[in-house]
Amino acid sequence: MGQAIRREAVVGGIAALAAVDQHYLDQARQMQALSFAVHIPLVCFGMAFPVLVLFCEWTALRTGSEVHLTVARRWSRVLVALFAVGVVTGTILSFEMGLLWPHFTGTFGSVFGLGFAIEGFSFFVEAIFIGIYVYGWDRLSPRWHLASGIPIAITGVTGSFMVIAVNGWMNHPQGFRIVDGRVTDVRPVQALFANTFMWHEFVHMYLASFIVAGFALAACYAVALLRGNTSRYVQVALTIPLTAAAVAAPVQVLVGDWAARTVAERQPVKLAALEGLGQTTTGAPVHVGGWYSDGEVHFGLPIPRLLSILAAHDPNATIRGLSSFPADALPPVNVVRLAFQTMVGLGLAMALLAVCYLWVRFRRGRAPRSAWFYRAVVLAGPAAVVALIAGWVTTEVGRQPWVVYGVMRTADAVTGASGIPVGYGVLVVVYAGCAAAVWWILRRLAGKPFPDRPSEVPEEVGTT
Amino acid sequence: MTFLQLLPLLFILAGLILYTVLAGADLGTGAWQLSTRDHGLRSRVYDSIGPVWEANHVWLIFVLTVLWTAYPSVFAAVCITLVVPLFLAAVGLILRGTAYALHGASNGPDDHREIDAVFGLSSVFTPFALGAVVGGIASGRVPPGGGGDQWSSWLNPTSILVGALAVVLGAYLAAVQLAADAVRVGDDAAAAAFRRRALASGVLAGALAVGGLVVVHADAPRLFHGLTHGAGLACVIVSVLLGLLALGLVWRRRLDPARFAAGAAVAAIVAGWVVAQRPDVLPGLTVAEAAAPTSTLVAVVVAVVAGGIIVFPSLGLLFGLVLGGRLDRPRPAEPTAVPAGRRVRAGLLGRVALACFVAGAGLTVFGPGPALLAVGIVLVLAAAPLGFLAALPAVPEESR
Repeated sequence: MGQAIRREAVVGGIAALAAVDQHYLDQARQMQALSFAVHIPLVCFGMAFPVLVLFCEWTALRTGSEVHLTVARRWSRVLVALFAVGVVTGTILSFEMGLLWPHFTGTFGSVFGLGFAIEGFSFFVEAIFIGIYVYGWDRLSPRWHLASGIPIAITGVTGSFMVIAVNGWMNHPQGFRIVDGRVTDVRPVQALFANTFMWHEFVHMYLASFIVAGFALAACYAVALLRGNTSRYVQVALTIPLTAAAVAAPVQVLVGDWAARTVAERQPVKLAALEGLGQTTTGAPVHVGGWYSDGEVHFGLPIPRLLSILAAHDPNATIRGLSSFPADALPPVNVVRLAFQTMVGLGLAMALLAVCYLWVRFRRGRAPRSAWFYRAVVLAGPAAVVALIAGWVTTEVGRQPWVVYGVMRTADAVTGASGIPVGYGVLVVVYAGCAAAVWWILRRLAGKPFPDRPSEVPEEVGTT
Repeated sequence: MTFLQLLPLLFILAGLILYTVLAGADLGTGAWQLSTRDHGLRSRVYDSIGPVWEANHVWLIFVLTVLWTAYPSVFAAVCITLVVPLFLAAVGLILRGTAYALHGASNGPDDHREIDAVFGLSSVFTPFALGAVVGGIASGRVPPGGGGDQWSSWLNPTSILVGALAVVLGAYLAAVQLAADAVRVGDDAAAAAFRRRALASGVLAGALAVGGLVVVHADAPRLFHGLTHGAGLACVIVSVLLGLLALGLVWRRRLDPARFAAGAAVAAIVAGWVVAQRPDVLPGLTVAEAAAPTSTLVAVVVAVVAGGIIVFPSLGLLFGLVLGGRLDRPRPAEPTAVPAGRRVRAGLLGRVALACFVAGAGLTVFGPGPALLAVGIVLVLAAAPLGFLAALPAVPEESR
């Protein structure tokens, strides 16, 4: 990482900066986690869905297929509805950066803020072209319309790249020094973009977006198929997202392995928490399931040496246990462990489903016919969202008790405002309402699709 | 204070002005949504903001991110003291965005009146909360280190004045825009209805702004002094003149120029506030003290300029299409089919994808050193789109 941050010396200095009431730390963390869990599945749709819609439209242009054009039109309605909700839930997150963690933003804003500033511009371009794309059907020439969608796909990637650059920096801080408790020698470009920790996070997340959006969409059409709707429309709308998710899921397993090795190298305490490894062990096992307490996993199914193999590709590698770290620098082990095992278990199950699908596709040259396959696809939709959130819980709770890893504790970043529980309650109610609303939108768009051609639209209502 | 320390503040000012004018007009439509049960008028409200509201909204995110990057301590202090109105504004934005998305899935304004009610109420409530935040900052109630009162910092005469002004100005801008849009699409009844509303709200906004000076004089003498001397006074005078010009243009049914004059009048008010507050950002905190280190400021300026080079032409395209009426009504369909290109054989593509995956997997898992790891990752990532294209069935003739 190019420069040494003298972490132990630093901690006291930052803590002194932020002498705050930590009364509501847990509520603030849960509030942030809730906001994040609401936003992040929408982000997946923001990244992957435009690519799928554009692919459909491109296929329609290339082959003249009316079905593909209809699919693209209907999806673009869903896209803009999800984007609208994503815009506001994302705005809430940027508010919370200050409302919940003012000492984090106030102390380190000059280091990491640049990433969000650039992300803001990505978001801008995305919002502009979503407006043009969704309202431009039949108004722009087909080629220009297709072209107007391309910036949406690109900015979805650049925006998430910036946010993940910030997260990579929080997990692996660099690009600044702390002298007498003050942040100096700030090099924001190095902090964000010369940071090797972000790459596995970014690739992992980009693939996850296709798995989540792909399986979630495919699940909707698999339901229609299981109810006996075998129209060409359902087949096309099922095949495209399902194939996208199916090619991403096996690749994700390899990228996940890369991510785990990077964590093993850079954040050994997180790795120990992932497994619940109490003592430093040579040839460390992995326990499937079970519960961590008193320095070991109870009731888990042990697989000998697997952790050493996964973390270092060496069955005899020595892995540091939790007891070798200071007791006040440990994350909540069971939360991290459970989240990690959920993500890995669901991820492997989805990869298996994907391989089954690709096998039938390539060897038999057709779609699978078994109803059980489509029932599994229906389950894969919510499973992908759960795996996504579990993955973020793994890395973010695994980073605790630090907000800036090894530099600033989350407890020192939290606001002293007294109304946090009230705000938390309000946000829970509002988000529950939002979730119900989004569910209603999606049901409505699926059950009673929009007129696909402007000629079918009554003149006074317009197509919006 | 160096120019570099001031420059991001000028960006923030520009962002604030654009947010107030563009998103203010979007938010202002909510008031008119509440003011009528007329199906046609409500429909016009949704149609008019449809293509632009997301882009307009992003100016707020721009302001927040530049503020916390370039002046992190100011951002922290504002968030600590004004936590309540900021949270209320955030909730208002969620409700409004969700209501808008819900509307997109409904069958027009009469389908679900409760959606319209949430949209309208949150559209009035949000600018009030944001205005109250500005009032708290402008009247010097946000101490630099945090610790201002959580209630009186935004429930005070200046905050309530600015909040009310934000609502009324937004409604005025919205009425002018809606009237101009209605003229463009040839909806004369809606144009007349919105013109009446523009005149009424314009007069109300002017009265509130002038009468508000009395409130500011009593509650925030420093701000009053800034607004009645030097550059601050110039901004106020420009704003009054432009406001009168805009009202005159609305009166004479010159709605397209009126929307620019009205927007400029509002911009001058925002500029006047910032100018009046010089040289302190927060009481006792100057720009120079609040600014981030030089390296960060340089990075922010480069990012904003580079971003602006991309964003402004894009915005120009969007507003050009909207104001030119290109997004209003469909154009006749053209033949879309392009002759199908030669299709690469799926079998070959599938084998290439599999080869990429296997080779990449080997390098990713066993490759020594970061370079080979990177090659492996690129190979497995390349396998995904190749496999996608290979696995998709060909589009059959009958569906074309």
